[in-house]
Amino acid sequence: MHIFVFLATFLLITRVRKSLKFSPVYPKWDRPLQLASFAVAGLWLLCAIYLEDEVSNLLGGALLLATMAYMQKQPDFKSFDVLIFAHYPLVFTAILNGILELVIPKVYNKYDNFLESAQLVAFGWIFARVATSKKQREEIRRINERRSELEELVAERTAELTRQKNELQGTLKELQATQAQLIQQEKLASLGELTAGIAHEIQNPLNFVNNFSEVSMELIDEMAEELAKGDTDEAIAIATDIKNNMEKIRHHGKRADGIVKGMLQHSRASSNVKEPTNINTIADEYFRLAYHGLRAKDKSFNAELVANLDPNLPVINIVSQDVGRVLLNMFTNAFYAVHDKKKTAGPDFKPRVEVSTSMIQTVSGGVHSIRIVVKDNGSGIPDAIKDKIMQPFFTTKPAGEGTGLGLSLSYDIIVKAHKGKIDIDSKEGEGTEFVITLPV
Amino acid sequence: MKILVVDDEADVQPLFLQRFRKEIKNHEIEFSFAQSGEEALQYLEEKHSEVVLILSDINMPGMSGIELLDHIRHDYNMPPPPVVMMITAYGDDENYRQAMDKGADDFLTKPLDFNLLKEKLKTISA
Repeated sequence: MHIFVFLATFLLITRVRKSLKFSPVYPKWDRPLQLASFAVAGLWLLCAIYLEDEVSNLLGGALLLATMAYMQKQPDFKSFDVLIFAHYPLVFTAILNGILELVIPKVYNKYDNFLESAQLVAFGWIFARVATSKKQREEIRRINERRSELEELVAERTAELTRQKNELQGTLKELQATQAQLIQQEKLASLGELTAGIAHEIQNPLNFVNNFSEVSMELIDEMAEELAKGDTDEAIAIATDIKNNMEKIRHHGKRADGIVKGMLQHSRASSNVKEPTNINTIADEYFRLAYHGLRAKDKSFNAELVANLDPNLPVINIVSQDVGRVLLNMFTNAFYAVHDKKKTAGPDFKPRVEVSTSMIQTVSGGVHSIRIVVKDNGSGIPDAIKDKIMQPFFTTKPAGEGTGLGLSLSYDIIVKAHKGKIDIDSKEGEGTEFVITLPV
Repeated sequence: MKILVVDDEADVQPLFLQRFRKEIKNHEIEFSFAQSGEEALQYLEEKHSEVVLILSDINMPGMSGIELLDHIRHDYNMPPPPVVMMITAYGDDENYRQAMDKGADDFLTKPLDFNLLKEKLKTISA
């Protein structure tokens, strides 16, 4: 019976050696394992010749157990755990049979058929385990292969995605730069629209400054004459006129000053600093600038300008040049619309553009928000494009005349930067009303 | 001589009054003012027979000076027709042509040269 335990030991060593053939530790274990297998064969031969079967069985069991214990301690043989474990039943039966046969032969002889079968089954068990573990190993190997394939794929995808992300980041940066450029361009374009209006608006106060200072010089001569004549009452009257004139010179000087400052502010990159601002002042200023700007470009243009500005409006914190740009844009649009209608409408059509400001009060009487309405009786917005007018680059003007950014920037300024809103009410052929609401 | 000055800028009023101080004092000239074309027409409704000269700005909100001129030539042109001089900050050909087509007697550009204006007035009153 002892042949099985020796055979199992021999096979275990041989199998381990064979399995290591393609592993990096093979050179280290090839010779020792080969020698070990020869040694096992030699030992079996010696036992078969010189020893009784039961002693050989015991020795063989011990040899197998020692082999297994040694292998289990070696980290190199970690992967053979299942195989090694499969030998325990054989070790157990071999040693049990050996001991029983040696110590209580009676019992052994009584059950020898059963005990020997057990040892055979234990021997067969090893092969059954090896077969299944081989299958499992195959499965694991396949899974591992698949996994490494997947890992490779994932790495590939990750690399691709990273590349795409970097590309997109680059594109985003470019787009942001372009956007900033476009905003600046839009500002300059609207400044261009303003230039003529500004020229007119500056020319007017300058004329007054020149005229009033000239007339004052004349008045002083006259005053001297009157004094020489001794007519002090008349001289005093003239002096009052002169004083009034000086006041007017100062007033118109300041007016021109304000316009130049406003123009500079308009073209400057936005500081985004919110300052307390009187909406009426910028509404009035840009209303006139937009009107004169268009007026200067097209001599046939004319419209009735109506301003209903609530004098009790509180100052609110806004980026004034940004909101000014929004108003300018709306005024320009309104003037454009009435001008457009005038081309087709009959001679009875009276172009009219109205700006009004008002307060919206809370229940408790405080001011909740400020409403600015820009209303025209122009051509109106066709229903088909109502959804599109806030989109960037959408314009109904001929190529090169509008950037298509006016309203979309207005939306950004009012809604995003000032938490306000823009409502549009328009009927094609009848007119348009833009309502800007700004929270206080 | 009654002169109607039409300009949306209110400050032209003291300017005219002072520039023609002597003439007003000597009752040679009398000024009336209107701040829009509409206001000017209202004024003419009653006093068109008295007004000898109308000086009107072209570029005004609402009714423009050209439109006003058109009204004057249609409604108040009974002899002797008033002399109408157009004034504009935009001294371009188009404005000039339009004004003359509509029957303006003269065309002046801002800033107004008051000495020149005085010369012209002399020829009218003479």
